[in-house]
Amino acid sequence: MTRYLLRRLIAMPLLMLGVATATFLLSHITKADPLAAIVSERQMNNPEIVAAAKARWGLDRSLPEQYAVYISNLVQGDLGVSFRTRRPVADDIGARLPATLELVVFAMIFGVTAGIGLGVAAAHWRDGWIDHGARLVALIGSSMPVFWTGLILLYVFSVVLGVFPGPGRIDARVAPPPGVTGFYTLDALIAGDMERLRLALAHLVLPAFVLGWAVMGIISRLVRGSMLDVMEQDYIRTARAKGAGEGRVLFAHALRNALIPTLTIIGHSFAYLITGAVLTETIFAWPGIGAYAVDSARSLDHPAIIGVTLVGAAAFLIANLVTDIAYALANPRIEIGRADG
Amino acid sequence: MTGAAGLEIRGLRVGFPGGLEAVRGVDLSLARGEVLGVVGESGSGKSLTWLAAMGLAPRGARVEGSVRLMGEELIGAPRARLRELRGNRIAMIFQDPLSALNPVLTVGTQIAEAIRLHNPDLGGREVRERVRELLDRVAVPQAARRAGQYPHEFSGGMRQRVMIAMAIANDPDILIADEPTTALDVTVQAQVLEVFERLRAELGIGIALVTHDLGVVAGRADRVAVMYGGRVVEEAGVDALFASPQHPYTRGLIGSLPTVAGAGGRLTAIPGAPPSLAARPPGCSFAPRCPIAEARCQAEDPVLMPAGDGRRAACHFAGARPAAPAATGPARAPVSGEPVLSVRGLVKDYRMDGGLLPPVLGGAGAARLRAVAGVDLDLAAGETLGLVGESGCGKSTLGRCILGLVAPTAGSVRLRGTELAGLTRAQMRPWRRHLQIVFQDPYASLHPRMRVGEIIAEPMRLLLGRAPSAAQVAVLLERVRLEPAFARRYPHELSGGQRQRVGIARALAVDPDVLVLDEPVSALDVSIQAGVLNLLADLQAELGLAYLFIAHDLAVVRHVSHRVAVMYAGRIVESGPAEALHTAPRHPYTQALLAAAPVPDPPAERRRRRQLPEGEPPDLLAAPRGCAFRARCWRASDRCGAELPALRAVDGGHAVACHHPEPVAATAPAGA
Repeated sequence: MTRYLLRRLIAMPLLMLGVATATFLLSHITKADPLAAIVSERQMNNPEIVAAAKARWGLDRSLPEQYAVYISNLVQGDLGVSFRTRRPVADDIGARLPATLELVVFAMIFGVTAGIGLGVAAAHWRDGWIDHGARLVALIGSSMPVFWTGLILLYVFSVVLGVFPGPGRIDARVAPPPGVTGFYTLDALIAGDMERLRLALAHLVLPAFVLGWAVMGIISRLVRGSMLDVMEQDYIRTARAKGAGEGRVLFAHALRNALIPTLTIIGHSFAYLITGAVLTETIFAWPGIGAYAVDSARSLDHPAIIGVTLVGAAAFLIANLVTDIAYALANPRIEIGRADG
Repeated sequence: MTGAAGLEIRGLRVGFPGGLEAVRGVDLSLARGEVLGVVGESGSGKSLTWLAAMGLAPRGARVEGSVRLMGEELIGAPRARLRELRGNRIAMIFQDPLSALNPVLTVGTQIAEAIRLHNPDLGGREVRERVRELLDRVAVPQAARRAGQYPHEFSGGMRQRVMIAMAIANDPDILIADEPTTALDVTVQAQVLEVFERLRAELGIGIALVTHDLGVVAGRADRVAVMYGGRVVEEAGVDALFASPQHPYTRGLIGSLPTVAGAGGRLTAIPGAPPSLAARPPGCSFAPRCPIAEARCQAEDPVLMPAGDGRRAACHFAGARPAAPAATGPARAPVSGEPVLSVRGLVKDYRMDGGLLPPVLGGAGAARLRAVAGVDLDLAAGETLGLVGESGCGKSTLGRCILGLVAPTAGSVRLRGTELAGLTRAQMRPWRRHLQIVFQDPYASLHPRMRVGEIIAEPMRLLLGRAPSAAQVAVLLERVRLEPAFARRYPHELSGGQRQRVGIARALAVDPDVLVLDEPVSALDVSIQAGVLNLLADLQAELGLAYLFIAHDLAVVRHVSHRVAVMYAGRIVESGPAEALHTAPRHPYTQALLAAAPVPDPPAERRRRRQLPEGEPPDLLAAPRGCAFRARCWRASDRCGAELPALRAVDGGHAVACHHPEPVAATAPAGA
């Protein structure tokens, strides 16, 4: 197990390097000229300014040279400076990533717990109204576009009913809690500021619900199917023959087994949500990494594009690794890395 | 024999929506300290009867009648009360101990659950103590350590012991064992049956031994109930049942059994297939297959009537004898002649290196599993070589190496003098038609979306390059005694025996010389088995086929084979004419197999003193030096640990690989 982890950890930087290379090449293949993002249209006609900008940003060098410089900076933890914001990409991302992560974590907590609960209920009352209701909820979650459900929910719960606040991470008139983790909820908790904690949580409810809905839909369907399979297994009959009650059978015997195939999907959804948060962030004016990614792509901001891509890739790899470890822990039949010698 | 009332089942009926009646009025009783054998084939309702008695009938089932446990009515009892009784006063164990144990919980946790559910006040230490005690009782060694392991870390026999430990956790009055040894190897089966014997003697538990195997029942049961079509058709003391069966079905079952003791020849197969629940005819459900059925049987379902001596039988002609069954012929004499197939020094290794990345980061040499460790064998036209051994001994791998489905690591496979080992796929292709296989599971080995006609035609299309005409397919079907109309059906419309016949027809389509029969009847019901075995014998006589008959059932192998080879840990440890091997086995492993194989003859079973090997078949990854059997052998000496015994001739084609090849009588009379 330790050896396996070690190997996976060694492989990660190599994979990241591959992602960086691929993104670097892809963004340079496009015909569009990144200078457009750096100098204004009027200045484009002035050869001196253009040449100066090219030299300043290293765009006058050959592609291999640019690549070598970029990678060597990258290895030292320097993601470069954004063409657009003129600030280090690492700082830009560092300022926005916690917002996205907080949103995604809450969306996952909602999606996974509600998904599992709904899936178990649907399996237990198979073909009853709970099952049909759960199917409908899942279908809506995975087929309705986020920008539409987001807008409807904002309108109903914020504008009409007023039970939840509008867009943003916290009320505009309120200063964010002192930054320690960048998660407003955690920071407020650390500061012991219950009012800000309440505000931050209230702001999280709608976007986390909208973002987590699709995940909840997928997981509830998977858990339902998996539970139905497991409930047919002989060991469920054994548990009943021992005198176990229905609750014990469902949760102590069936659910643990049913969750094993679902773990993989949970891991994948986490990575998917980090990159997929763009629309939700746009609707809810969430100052996360999604909006930054879109703006960077629009202006061919190469350092920012590669930076965001690397963050996404890292999230994906880490989520995968955690999934594999969780999988091995949950399933005693798998002993990862055992037969490696 | 009949002490305090244990379990009384009266008029039990189990029906399903749509009018299916799976159990149709069963009366049975089981006292404490008694072993009741319940015998039946698939669809007889034997398992469902007991599941319903425990309140575990599947969703949607309608259960009627009466089941009384120590006088208390269970049918219609509140669910909470049933939960109190289940696993406490009445417990059940199931056929496949791997799937019946929860894979993600340790064995100790699962046994502890059974204790805690009924003794919520017990402390952790007391529960742990009890778990250890239970594992000791069912003879699981190193109980404390093993309690912390998961089911997949246990062997099949050990798993079934764990199931038993769980079932007896609260000293139940009644234990229902549903095919408890069917998934186990024969030596392990004997060990597990010993555990039941002790439970009955030491704890006075009443045991219902539900099985399809008459041999298992013969040695262990006090009384036997035979079930057919959802009813008990005969019930009697075990001796009386085997000595003078009253119901024609019972008689048929006993007659269709090949026995270790009996000689080869034709088996008296019961024609037809077990009744389908959906289309049950009026009258006696056995009538369509019955040799003595008359008009009355079609119209009137016989009731279970007392037939003297506490026996009961449900037949209008109970006790009437049918015309004498076909006489059993002499044992099959060895066939001489040029070998069609000749295998020399065959070895198959598997590398055990899981993981996708090569062991770049300091992986040592991959472990090697030697599944076949140097096998020689010859097979002549018209001859059957039986290959016997327990699971994991390499017999199936050997069969697949011979067919070229798996590439052998070393050695030679010659078909009529042509070397096949080492051929590429393309080079092997023209030879495939000479070597065909029939698989064990007729449900999994036929393509579910292809019609029978297409299934049979496919090998000809692929190997001979031409699709057969409908007439040719009809001829093939006829050859396996199926109507030509079967060509248009799909496999799911066929019974198990019919499917296996289709599997045989498919193998015969390209006119092969050699058939590898890999456990061809072990997935079939007893009454169906006999028909398929007879068919194989007829085909051999008609077509001069050579059979490599792979099986774990010694009785079946003895019945069909001219010569038998016994495999253990990848090697042939004994081989010789079927007769000699069974009457005068020399290798202790062969002797143990014969001793462990149950015989459907109660007095003989009880007389037998068994020399059973301890332990279970070895882990090939940790192959010891010397003889692989020595750890389980009662004759092992120092020499066995140092030197691998070679296969040496003892007399007339009988060879044995043992340093101490003594005949049975010298150490342990295996009876029979």
